[in-house]
Amino acid sequence: MTMQNAAAPETAAPDMGGLTRRQIKRMKRFDNPWRNPKLIWGAALLLGIVALGLIGRIFWDTDMVFTGSGLPRQAPVGFENIRGQIGTWAHPLGTDVTGKDILALLIVGAPNSLYVGVLASLIGMSIGIFLGFSAGFIGGRTDDVIRVGSDVMITIPPLLILVVFQAAYGDISLTIMAILIACFVWQSPTRLIRAQVLSMRESGYVHMARLSGASTGHIMFREMLPNLVPYLFGSFIANVTTSIVTAVGLEVLGLGPQRVPTLGRVIYDAINSGALIQNLWWWWGIPTVLLAVMFIGLLMVNLGLDEVSNPRLRRL
Amino acid sequence: MGRIPASYLINRLTTLVLTVLIAATLIWIIPRLSGLDPASAALGRMAAGGGSVANADQILTQLRESFGLDQPLIVQYLLYIWNTVTLDFGLSTASFPTPVASMIANALPWTIGLMLVSLIITFIIGNLLGALMVWENTPRIWKVAIPSAMVFTSIPPILSGLLLMYVFSTQLRWFPLSGPYGLNVEPGWTLDFATSVLYHGFLPALSIVVVTFGFWALGMRGLMITVQGEDYTTLAKAKGLRPRYILYRYMIRNAILPQITAFALKIGMLVAGQVLVERIFAYPGMGKLLYDAILTQDYPVIQGVSFVIILMTAVAVFLVDLIYPFIDPRIRHGG
Repeated sequence: MTMQNAAAPETAAPDMGGLTRRQIKRMKRFDNPWRNPKLIWGAALLLGIVALGLIGRIFWDTDMVFTGSGLPRQAPVGFENIRGQIGTWAHPLGTDVTGKDILALLIVGAPNSLYVGVLASLIGMSIGIFLGFSAGFIGGRTDDVIRVGSDVMITIPPLLILVVFQAAYGDISLTIMAILIACFVWQSPTRLIRAQVLSMRESGYVHMARLSGASTGHIMFREMLPNLVPYLFGSFIANVTTSIVTAVGLEVLGLGPQRVPTLGRVIYDAINSGALIQNLWWWWGIPTVLLAVMFIGLLMVNLGLDEVSNPRLRRL
Repeated sequence: MGRIPASYLINRLTTLVLTVLIAATLIWIIPRLSGLDPASAALGRMAAGGGSVANADQILTQLRESFGLDQPLIVQYLLYIWNTVTLDFGLSTASFPTPVASMIANALPWTIGLMLVSLIITFIIGNLLGALMVWENTPRIWKVAIPSAMVFTSIPPILSGLLLMYVFSTQLRWFPLSGPYGLNVEPGWTLDFATSVLYHGFLPALSIVVVTFGFWALGMRGLMITVQGEDYTTLAKAKGLRPRYILYRYMIRNAILPQITAFALKIGMLVAGQVLVERIFAYPGMGKLLYDAILTQDYPVIQGVSFVIILMTAVAVFLVDLIYPFIDPRIRHGG
């Protein structure tokens, strides 16, 4: 978070009426709110993780996610394990107790987590946009049903229903998990869009569009939706976070996809094999830190989007 | 002030009842859709234990009868709803004749205790820090330190729990690795026991606090920015009141109220996060019960725990909605 002081003594630009150069720069930033440092840094972190997944596949043998790909309990390069063996470049981030390569697990697992989050959030947003517009625009009985429905569903923690589901069904694929999570992340976009639509419905330009004979669809998607874009983005990112948290939660409980490597699954295996006590920190620690970086990236994108949609949060 | 109109009460009560009903129904429907037969599953466990089972057909019929599976679906459903509402979740299959309800009753105080403590601490710290981010008299160093501390917001508590556990339990050995209290103390209302519980509960609570206070701080920051521009704040400043007095009595007091409604949106996530924290710290609450039940495929316990946690969440939201008009007289319902 940047914390500049508005009165920072800077060399004054000669022709700008006493404004410092830094202030001018900041004034210019207001012209394009999307050039927000938090947004850019957050996006860079997320892109970094995507790049790890994409480029890693080219340069690293991802078949090493399987058991017995190397000696067990190898430390990362520059560290030594409990038996005094020094980590080698064959497994730069070490191996777990069954000889799976940690780097390969990260390369395959990290994009899986993002995939679940983005897919679940996309489905949830689509449902949310549809229901929110219906509730706000049609009103009446439809509005009542949708409003009560989202009020009810918002209090139910997705993790617990999904635990019941997975305990009954066993192994599921990443896509099915994403669809299941999506059933629980449509509520907040629905509420958000409904509230915005209700306030926009009475605004001048919507009246204008209606008077000029625009169709309902045109008003909804061509007149109103563009104004909602920053909110939608913010809600989307918040939902990606929720979805990944839920997915990781399931994986850490040993549920979730059993045959596809995921970061949560690696952490589950590590905790179950007593990696904390055996001091195999690279096994649980590296996936944990990578997930933390993912969430930090998502948070910064979200904060940046808040500032885009709410100018009062920006700092001069 | 403080009088709740009947229509508002009915509205909130309907939401509460619907939430509980939908949750119970989902928990009932999901295992039935999977085509899993609890009777043959139980028989399978018996066969696994004893090598083979004589008169399997008869036992299967009897099991189906005792599970109520010979009844029509709608009767099964209504019976289930009645049992669930009266908090009768049947018997655990893994630790057989123990009623699920009593297992939950043993675990619940730990969960509620940990949750209340961590919620209260995060609420206070989060709102105070959020207010300090906006207040103009905050020392410069705080204005840099608070936003950097908030980087951890929205990380699931299980990750912070793992990291804290590693640093403070296995490396520095300042705090115990797991369990609710020391092995050398006797549970009871003694000072030793209380300190041991606090000592063991510190890390689980801390791992929740460090990743959740930012949520409140962010909300508070937005609200404080609004309050800062209000006329009454300007007037208080013009009167020459001490800045600290203005901060507590004028700004925070007005800004904090909408934060209380944010509980409703956040509590589900908090509970789910805590379930996982309990699992890694082997804290004997609902989370550990749930995890053990998943390991042993103990469906009655899984369903019971999930239902009770959803029930708790729904009741908490209901209570917040009811209390709110009493603490914020500006809110008039149904007006």
